[in-house]
Amino acid sequence: MTETISEGFSSIEALSLVPKADAKQSMKDFKSDQEVRWCPGCGDYAILAAVQGFMPELGLAKENIVFVSGIGCSSRFPYYMNTYGMHSIHGRAPAIATGLATSRRDLSVWVVTGDGDALSIGGNHLIHALRRNVNLKILLFNNRIYGLTKGQYSPTSEIGKVTKSTPMGSLDAPFNPVSLAIGAEASFVARTVDSDRKHLTEVLRQAAAHPGTALVEIYQNCNIFNDGAFEPLKDKQQAQEAVIRLEHGEPIRFGADGNKGVVRDRATGDLKVVAVTAENEADVLVHDAHATSPTTAFALSRLADPDTLHHTPIGVLRSVDRPVYDTQMSDQLEAAIEQKGKGDLSALLAGNDTWTVVG
Amino acid sequence: MTSQVSSPAEQADPAEQRGEPSHLAEQRSPAGGPGGTKEVRRLDRVIIRFAGDSGDGMQLTGDRFTSETASFGNDLSTLPNFPAEIRAPAGTLPGVSSFQLHFADHDILTPGDAPDVLVAMNPAALKANLADVPRGAEIIVNTDEFTKRPMAKVGFATSPLEDGSLDAYNVHPVPLTTLTIEALKDFGLSRKEAERSKNMFALGLLSWMYHRPTENTEKFLRAKFAKKPQIAEANVAAFRAGWNFGETTEDFAVSYEVAPAASAFPAGTYRNISGNLALTYGLIAAARQADLSLYLGSYPITPASDILHELSKHKNFGVRTFQAEDEIAGIGAALGAAFGGALAVTTTSGPGVALKSETIGLAVSLELPLLIVDIQRGGPSTGLPTKTEQADLLQAMYGRNGEAPVPIVAPRTSADCFDAAIDAARIALTYRTPVFLLSDGYLANGSEPWRVPEVDELPDLRVRFASGPNHELADGTEVFWPYKRDPETLARPWAVPGTPGLEHRIGGIEKQDGTGNISYDPANHDFMVRTRQAKIDGITVPDLEVDDPSGEADTLVLGWGSTYGPITAAVRRTRAEGHRIAQAHLRHLNPFPGNLGETLRRYDKVVVPEMNLGQLATLLRAKFLTDIRSYTQVSGMPFKAEQLADVFKEAIND
Repeated sequence: MTETISEGFSSIEALSLVPKADAKQSMKDFKSDQEVRWCPGCGDYAILAAVQGFMPELGLAKENIVFVSGIGCSSRFPYYMNTYGMHSIHGRAPAIATGLATSRRDLSVWVVTGDGDALSIGGNHLIHALRRNVNLKILLFNNRIYGLTKGQYSPTSEIGKVTKSTPMGSLDAPFNPVSLAIGAEASFVARTVDSDRKHLTEVLRQAAAHPGTALVEIYQNCNIFNDGAFEPLKDKQQAQEAVIRLEHGEPIRFGADGNKGVVRDRATGDLKVVAVTAENEADVLVHDAHATSPTTAFALSRLADPDTLHHTPIGVLRSVDRPVYDTQMSDQLEAAIEQKGKGDLSALLAGNDTWTVVG
Repeated sequence: MTSQVSSPAEQADPAEQRGEPSHLAEQRSPAGGPGGTKEVRRLDRVIIRFAGDSGDGMQLTGDRFTSETASFGNDLSTLPNFPAEIRAPAGTLPGVSSFQLHFADHDILTPGDAPDVLVAMNPAALKANLADVPRGAEIIVNTDEFTKRPMAKVGFATSPLEDGSLDAYNVHPVPLTTLTIEALKDFGLSRKEAERSKNMFALGLLSWMYHRPTENTEKFLRAKFAKKPQIAEANVAAFRAGWNFGETTEDFAVSYEVAPAASAFPAGTYRNISGNLALTYGLIAAARQADLSLYLGSYPITPASDILHELSKHKNFGVRTFQAEDEIAGIGAALGAAFGGALAVTTTSGPGVALKSETIGLAVSLELPLLIVDIQRGGPSTGLPTKTEQADLLQAMYGRNGEAPVPIVAPRTSADCFDAAIDAARIALTYRTPVFLLSDGYLANGSEPWRVPEVDELPDLRVRFASGPNHELADGTEVFWPYKRDPETLARPWAVPGTPGLEHRIGGIEKQDGTGNISYDPANHDFMVRTRQAKIDGITVPDLEVDDPSGEADTLVLGWGSTYGPITAAVRRTRAEGHRIAQAHLRHLNPFPGNLGETLRRYDKVVVPEMNLGQLATLLRAKFLTDIRSYTQVSGMPFKAEQLADVFKEAIND
């Protein structure tokens, strides 16, 4: 996969304005000369490798790819990508990337952020980027802890979490980033896991192809301050019960031999997990990532138990077409030129009410 | 009050020099006038203040009178003054909105200290403004509003129109509301709708009094109400009725002529322009001269929002305006666009600057061009949103963590905002740095005539993006180093995404000199901090020019920003009384002009008037170890010429 130029991406709208690479690329083309400085064993290594491995598949001129990050462990990411990059300030990456993406539609702009960066200090910028639907791909590394500041609880930490700043347990109810994104009118929302390279790459593939803002939550292990946070999803045995793999157009089933399924509760309209039987098999919900209404995607995002992580859906929860902000912004510029002609500075400065003083 | 006037001394204002009420400078003219039957007097200058409720349309009335006056060819200067509330409770003192206009047959510098004519649309407007009106001035009052309740609301126990309290003034009682309704009785409007046109009746009356041309106002009204032709015609009718009322009523026996100020202006094409509009045009012009696209990231805030509004109208110039979710995102988006190669701008006021500070620090570290436009208002905190102040100087200078120097440019008049914006863009683009443009509410909303520049007079601001390797490693490999500097300007290369072979990463963490890679090396950090400072200190700014016609003054008055008008008017008065005083005005607050220290040392006494508690004075004392006589005012209003002249004389005589 790392040696191919996919033809599939050259035709998709999200990337149609981005120049293509003129030669085949490999993973090593995307590795910068900088030494990677995450803790040994950090989940970020796996994500970096997956992204570097996936990039050649896009076949884009790498000078037209930009990674923008905020502050935090994950935000060191751009330094390790041999593309253009900016390591900015805490929480502000979506805002900075918005300026870049809306002024340069020939760029493929990626935001790398973490749970503290995106959901705490930068929460406002994240939700507004999502509602605007700027052509950005946001990779949210969620390790449910503050790593770079050495182990305080984060906005995705579970209630009662004992950390350096919460010796008697955290009082904060956590955000579910996927629910939040769907609530913020996101047009593309997905979740994946650092250790599942194949799944991670497939989600990146779909995100890259999406016109507009794509939010990809990546569960990422911090082996120093929150080791094993996603173990229920990674341990083969536990994962059967815990993980719901969503595939568009497929019935939502999981568990050993798909013995569990998600159905709609007729009384409440909400979703629930049931043991699949011959009688209820037909009732198992078929996943529709493209549904216009976000209601079912939101309900799916609520199946996960924030403490045990049981019934955690992964994959693309929502992927719908919505007008893309930067496209519309450019359209307005073109329309203005069509209506008024290209700007004439002399005429603008003079305006309509002048008088002349003769020397 | 044009920025093109060659030197203050050559363009003296006779009446301002004498410090006389301007009506004393009048001359009789034989006859003529609009109808040819009434007496016409010639004046060299007039100060009119329109005052009414926030909902009375006083700003519009003032704007129209200004446009008429500008197209007539007078020099002029305006001072809009309005509450932060959109519609404060009707008839109350906090709800009073006013517009002062000073116009003359010669070069003037300020909106005037005190009105010669006050138009008071209601008791609150009279009460709020009376203290500013000198004895003998004319007051036109809308008598219809002087009924029991509106008077009681502002504490008039008896009618000031009847109890003798206005005996010192020349009062014209006019039932403006009744006359307007009467004039519009055939339009089929409700009483309430008809009443709304009373500001146009007042405008018509004043237009008659001062022989203003009327065609453009009628044109304006028809365009403004194009979708409601009935309302348009009603307003035109009210405007004409006001004019005719002046012409026919015996109460107005005299009308006045103020000749065009032809000799005050160098030859050229002129228009009237406000500071915010001039600044907006400066940004568009700078982008064109730099051959870059203009990108504005902004969040609405008084008194800066008009720049966002205006820029958003000019998409056909390739201008992108982004109204962000907050101040931080506004500058963030601008910085992102700067990384992408745009001329990037964020516009705000003091509270917004506070929120943007961290991103400004990032821009300092990234060394990317970025304009931060701060239309200062009264502070701290929300302060006085619609009033003026100069108290963000130290915030602009120092308001960031770490050593984060940012150049500061300040326009001196409304029209000068155009040139200052271009100058700020030049510095940002040449030195790859964020730049502060410090305007204020007084410049932003005030207006004056502006000589429209020819496009080919504008400076060439084109930049060269990096296009290839700029460094050779020891082994002969050609590489691109994002922090390898131009030896002259110390600017780093601007390598925009999309340029093959120059892929690089930048960030807010300290960078290794040259490579830009992360570096925590102590010596490198010391070097980088000093180099960033040296880059700003080395920015080329013109020497400070001192105006001292006598060449023997021992007192220097030094100002910055919008105090230029009042200071210069006060200097003229002071000189006209036979005193010697030197004047200089700073456009560049960081870095200072190279000759500033030497200039300060040449004078025994240096007076620095500021609309803050002495921020420039603090900088001057710290940098030059020189004594400064700081004179300050933080009333939200500009200085008055007379007030400053007294201060100057006191210093001279000390």
